[in-house]
Amino acid sequence: MEMVLDILSWVFLLAGGAFCLIGGLGMLRMPDVYTRLHAVSVIETLGMGGIILGLILQAGFTLVAAKLIIIAALILLTAPVATHALAQAALHAGILPKLDHDKTGGHIAGEDESSNS
Amino acid sequence: MLMVIGAVCSFGVALLASRMELLDKEGHPIYLLGRAVWFWPWLIWEIIKAGTDVSKIILSPKLPISPTLINVRASQKSAVGIVTYANSITLTPGTVSVELEDDEITVHAITRDGAEDLAEGHMDRVVSRFEGEGAL
Repeated sequence: MEMVLDILSWVFLLAGGAFCLIGGLGMLRMPDVYTRLHAVSVIETLGMGGIILGLILQAGFTLVAAKLIIIAALILLTAPVATHALAQAALHAGILPKLDHDKTGGHIAGEDESSNS
Repeated sequence: MLMVIGAVCSFGVALLASRMELLDKEGHPIYLLGRAVWFWPWLIWEIIKAGTDVSKIILSPKLPISPTLINVRASQKSAVGIVTYANSITLTPGTVSVELEDDEITVHAITRDGAEDLAEGHMDRVVSRFEGEGAL
């Protein structure tokens, strides 16, 4: 039983670490701010999730596990807010995303229709 | 002992907040807790699917990205519902909500397929169901 838990928790830990590595690699390979944010969101969801799940399996049914769950919930609730704030700040600063397809017709939510060119 | 002090403090803060009339329905949407039981596992499954997709894109040598900007409509009625939807979009790897006004969300997606999946509105419907009838 101990052995099975250890193997399972190491699988999760290694998967989480691998996703963190992939996210970091994506940060280097992506061309602009917005696409880099996508690479980061792999780290903050799958990387974080895998590592915390592995640690919970190591901790067993203890107070530490409860704290780890609370940390995971906190990250899952705050990470998208930070990502959105970053993306919106970049857009407001006038950094336009490199696009293959623009399906907005030049209209971004919240802009006046008249101000579109 | 520490836990008891913590519980007493939390209760005191809640009491003071309600006396100061700072509490409203958005502060802590506890009525969503029952439905969160099926919403969270669904969202986590979506994150895992999208995350592996994005990982494949990053690892493939040609980097097959086709960044797309798209407007989607949020059909939720309450502010909590719309924020839940926008947060779900951002939390899912491959899509980031860039701008939000009223019920319109501008989304940046890393691939065209991701943007089209989102425009189909499956996630929108699930979040609407999560928000439910009784909200606000």
